[in-house]
Amino acid sequence: MPPVLESLLKIAVLVGGLMTAAAYLVLVERWIAAWVQDRLGPNRVGVPLTKIRLFGLGQPVADGVKFLTKGEFTPGQVDKILYFVAPVAIFVAAMAAFAVVPLGSVVLPASWGFDGPVRLAVAPGLDVGMLYIFAVGSVAVYGVVLGGWASNNKYSFFGAVRSSAQLISYELPLGLGILGVILATGSLRLDNIIVEQARSGTWNVFVQPLGFVVFCVAAFAEAGRLPFDLPEAEQELVGGYHTEYLGVKLMLFMVSEFLHMILAAFLIVILFLGGWHFWGLTGSAEAVSWPVALLRVVVLLAKVMGVILFFMLARWSWPRFRYDQLMEVAWKVMIPWGLINVVVVATWMEYGVQLARPWNLSAAQGMAIVGWGVLLLCWLATTIIDPTASGNRPRRDLSVNDNCSE
Amino acid sequence: MLTHATQRTTMKSDDRNINWVQEPRLGLAGRSYLLLFVQGLTTTLRHFFSRKKTVQSPEQRHEIPDPSIYRGVHRLNRDQRGRVKCVACFLCATACPANCIDIVAAESPWTDREKYPQSFTIDELRCIFCGMCEEACPVDAIELTSLYDLSGKSREEMVFDKEKLLSVYDRTKDAKPMRTSRGEGRGAGDGE
Ligand code: SF4
Ligand code: SF4
Repeated sequence: MPPVLESLLKIAVLVGGLMTAAAYLVLVERWIAAWVQDRLGPNRVGVPLTKIRLFGLGQPVADGVKFLTKGEFTPGQVDKILYFVAPVAIFVAAMAAFAVVPLGSVVLPASWGFDGPVRLAVAPGLDVGMLYIFAVGSVAVYGVVLGGWASNNKYSFFGAVRSSAQLISYELPLGLGILGVILATGSLRLDNIIVEQARSGTWNVFVQPLGFVVFCVAAFAEAGRLPFDLPEAEQELVGGYHTEYLGVKLMLFMVSEFLHMILAAFLIVILFLGGWHFWGLTGSAEAVSWPVALLRVVVLLAKVMGVILFFMLARWSWPRFRYDQLMEVAWKVMIPWGLINVVVVATWMEYGVQLARPWNLSAAQGMAIVGWGVLLLCWLATTIIDPTASGNRPRRDLSVNDNCSE
Repeated sequence: MLTHATQRTTMKSDDRNINWVQEPRLGLAGRSYLLLFVQGLTTTLRHFFSRKKTVQSPEQRHEIPDPSIYRGVHRLNRDQRGRVKCVACFLCATACPANCIDIVAAESPWTDREKYPQSFTIDELRCIFCGMCEEACPVDAIELTSLYDLSGKSREEMVFDKEKLLSVYDRTKDAKPMRTSRGEGRGAGDGE
């Protein structure tokens, strides 16, 4: 099979799979929302024109048809070109980031067609994989700003400003969280990061819990999920940057949001939760036969699904942050934590082996102890110092002599 | 309330009328966010696995705890001789805040009352199901039943006339007995 054909095949599978996954995740999200609220959720739509219900599995199709058949209306005051570019930009960026995400490991060729080992990623072995994801992922901000700006509506614009500030702020802790993993692995390739964890059998979350916390929080914020969902805040803040959108263009925004969430889940699993590795199940060699490779895909997707479920449960578990709290969590807590994590990991990479030797610990065990210790210390210090406590209430001592009311 | 003008001249921040409330400072447990984290997650999970309250509507019927106080579709009650109980006094139409009761009174063919409703229509689309008509009626002729799934294919269909309202009574008289016998003598007219 020529390489071009192989790539096209992978792209087709990836795009089709992701779109289906996004559609069905909407359904899953609605189910979970319902269950958490003691309801049943959508369970009616099944095969059209019959009485077959299939637990509501036809719902995504119905939703899709609804979105596609909505009247395509463009508000009069919008900037016509940017109004179209914004959803496309955000969608393409969200899609493109998946090119380097490995959906499994390398498999040896079977009899049919393939002449080399098959890598289960569209652009396998890209040496700057992590950088690529970051670069492409940042374009999402562009889509948000453009969407708000092109709408020519002040609420959309407020929404866009709010969310671009949030997305840009949380990119820093996101990067810092990853930096620790990259330092420990010594590679930007996602495959290598997984193989490294599989080889040593210690997932990064065990040795770098601080980095994990920082990265998770930042990933939630970047994906615009509650409790960090100020980009939309559907209930309270007038829709945000896509207030003026409807129909297919709104759907592109929505799907991109789910793609961001899937990507965040993939990154959490690959960077910190060992990717396709599971002890005693999947082995750690890079190239394996089909059955093991399939098992790895299953393990990877199961982990990703688990993380996504957590994303969805989190939505109903904690109240949303106020905007100033959101910023304070990013700048006063997450970025310092990320910096501390980088310093600790770097120091340990340099001196860890010598430091661990007197206590008869392996490097990984030592790193784990240090990592959890540092997490505990950071958490305790943050709790005591409490940098996020800044009452925005009027205070008597500050307002005795004010003349604001005049 | 202070008007805006007085507020501007008198309300300074050291005004004694202002009750300054200091937000209580969170304790260590609250500030660490861990307690909140666990609390939130356990609450969500508890509900996630709890029994669901949804009623699968067309197949399952919603159980109405007390039909005698439920405010659903109206009915016009019949007396013991099967005649409409209403004496066309217009009290319900007067009480109705939605102005959706329309009565045409006529001289009664019976000896026990002067008037009876020649036509009696309720626009169920305009009705807000407040129950005022039921409260107002001196002879307990109009009542709200516990039928809640009211639907129709046109607006005209949703304007219930006397026949329809009486048929609602025939349908629901076993499920929900007439509320009181107050006024039975006057309304039912057993020749008092
Ligand atoms: S229930 Fe209220 S609104 Fe409806 S007919 Fe009676 S008085 Fe009017
Ligand atoms: S239903 Fe009752 S209140 Fe209304 S006109 Fe008849 S008797 Fe009077």
